[in-house]
Amino acid sequence: MLLQVKNLHVSINGKEILKGVNLEVNKGEVHAIMGPNGTGKSTLAAVIAGKSGYEITQGEILYNGKNLLDMPPEVRAQEGIFLGFQYPVEIPGVSMTNFMRTALNEIRKYHGQEPMSAKDFLARMTEKKDLVELTSKLTNRSVNEGFSGGEKKKNEIFQMAMLDPQLAILDETDSGLDIDALRIVAHGVNKLKTTENATVVITHYQRLLDYIVPDFVHVLFEGKVVLSGGKELALELEEKGYDWIKKETENH
Amino acid sequence: MAQDDKQLIQEVTQSEYKYGFVTNIETETAIKGLTEDTIRFISLKKAEPEWLLEYRLKAFAKWKEMKQPNWAQLKIPEIDFQEIIYYAAPKRKKELESLDQVDPELLDTFNKLGISLDEQKRLSGVAVDAVIDSVSVKTTFTETLSKHGIIFCSFSEAVKNHPDLVKKYLGMAVPPSDNFFAALNTAVFSDGSFCFIPKGVRSPMELSTYFRINAANTGQFERTLIIADEGSYVSYMEGCTAPQRDENQLHAAVVEIIAMKDAEVKYSTVQNWYPGDKNGRGGIFNFVTKRGICKGDHSKISWTQVETGSAITWKYPSCILSGDNSIGEFYSVAVTNNHQQADTGSKMIHLGKNTKSTIISKGISAGQSQNSYRGLVKMTKRATNSRNFSQCDSLLLGDKCGAHTFPYIEGANKSSIIEHEATTSKISEDQLFYCQQRGINQESAVGLIVNGYAKEVLNKLPMEFAVEAQKLLSISLEGSVG
Repeated sequence: MLLQVKNLHVSINGKEILKGVNLEVNKGEVHAIMGPNGTGKSTLAAVIAGKSGYEITQGEILYNGKNLLDMPPEVRAQEGIFLGFQYPVEIPGVSMTNFMRTALNEIRKYHGQEPMSAKDFLARMTEKKDLVELTSKLTNRSVNEGFSGGEKKKNEIFQMAMLDPQLAILDETDSGLDIDALRIVAHGVNKLKTTENATVVITHYQRLLDYIVPDFVHVLFEGKVVLSGGKELALELEEKGYDWIKKETENH
Repeated sequence: MAQDDKQLIQEVTQSEYKYGFVTNIETETAIKGLTEDTIRFISLKKAEPEWLLEYRLKAFAKWKEMKQPNWAQLKIPEIDFQEIIYYAAPKRKKELESLDQVDPELLDTFNKLGISLDEQKRLSGVAVDAVIDSVSVKTTFTETLSKHGIIFCSFSEAVKNHPDLVKKYLGMAVPPSDNFFAALNTAVFSDGSFCFIPKGVRSPMELSTYFRINAANTGQFERTLIIADEGSYVSYMEGCTAPQRDENQLHAAVVEIIAMKDAEVKYSTVQNWYPGDKNGRGGIFNFVTKRGICKGDHSKISWTQVETGSAITWKYPSCILSGDNSIGEFYSVAVTNNHQQADTGSKMIHLGKNTKSTIISKGISAGQSQNSYRGLVKMTKRATNSRNFSQCDSLLLGDKCGAHTFPYIEGANKSSIIEHEATTSKISEDQLFYCQQRGINQESAVGLIVNGYAKEVLNKLPMEFAVEAQKLLSISLEGSVG
């Protein structure tokens, strides 16, 4: 099993956000986590990636059988976890090329590999750029600086392609995307899918799932996974709305 | 503030100085203290002409009447000028003909710094005038340069071989009475570099001098004079690293640049004197006067500095834009960490018509350090249609350090334009996390972000310097692995 989240309880400033989340992801699977705003979707993504400021009060996360919560964020990344950010930050003066080369070589170093040669690196840049239709004009710029909303999201998928993670968590990658950009992003994600990796797509809307077809859909509501099912669950949600979930949980 | 951030800052604060080693070269030192006799001793040791001794003595008389300036945003411990040794020279056994004859320990020192003369000669084509403790040990590439009529030698040699040039230009940009530390330097300067680029000559290589304080308790008083004659061009690099010391050491250099009509001088510095330990013990006191005169029309002087070292930095590389259409530039990155203090900036004095100046200053503060930008832009009445653009950015790491900006503006004519922009920012946790999420550890992330922030200035440095400067920025803020 690639990722195993067991009874995860997480608080921010004493307020409990996740109240016992369970999730299992295997290689070759695509999972979608859906749910209304403020139910802890992004918190789950951030905690898996190792962002500070969250208090884990109960539970554990295993990644390839290892205790993920013991690892600093960069080690989680080096172990193959990638987070596509909902709001990618700008880093002025640091070119995308330099940023990616540093990241890629740090990951290679972790696995005992030599830094990638400049030639191979540039070839990889070109190949992966084309995948998400990013222009060289953008990759020559500083990290996310002056990128439009859509470009930032494409840039996240570009980085995912460059770093070739084992587990990609895409946090609201579809928000703020027009239909063309959505298609490009989804195409990128689908292309990167293999039997050896897995993707967790976090989204508010069903729309993205027309393009990235999930094997499993989970509904996160008030800090818990209240429903899990196949891709048809997403459609049902779309049809009935989140109020339906509310009622369902109240009835239980 | 999050725990990680605190830890990062704490560990940044604990990073140690990388270049702490001492070369054991026999040195010949004058007795401690400063009197007329000290000055006569120095002058005699250097077999100087009478006029230079007189010049020194006059400066000394002026200095005695002056007070140490206290207007900077600096806490300067009292300096006992009588406790300082004013002259130290490596004992020379015989004249040196080749590098093989240079003290192997000295060569080893250069190797540790990654600037072996051999390598530099072969790989980068840079002529190096290596100054260790006040006396030039070796000058290379003199022949190539002399083919072009370029004079590049130690200051002492210039006094011997080109006394007329020295006499004509010495003190033109920085008169002996300019300020307390300039007067002190004029009285006791031991050696330095001299550079003359003749009319219409473009220097075929970057000129470089490595300064290095080496003997304990020895103040270093370097004197540099660069003259670019009409239509000439030179790029000059000055860089320093100093061995670790427990006691404070005074450094009061003077650099003068004179650019004639259509001449251009690019002066780049990487300053990495010992900054003191993490508790603020030791470290160099760096009181430097650097000034250039754009004497002729259409002349240009450009200062680029990367300041990472010294316990105290007091330094304002300036341009007097005397010629019409002349240009002055100042690009600076100043890093302070632990208990370091820096008060640095520039003065752009516009005298000629249509003169232009640019100031780009990037301050980075960490630990409990204090980092100030202080600058003056002055447009005189005659300097019509002149322009200045100043940009002063401060980056803070942590909440115990300080960043200050003191811009002074004087405009005496209506056709000139002065622009000033200032920003203060912090490395955000989001930026650090973003880097970490891509597999980059905190320490490298800080280095990456800081280098990005300083890029505009680093890009102005000659290539070989830029690489070193990037390393230095990261080293100065090292120790941040969470």
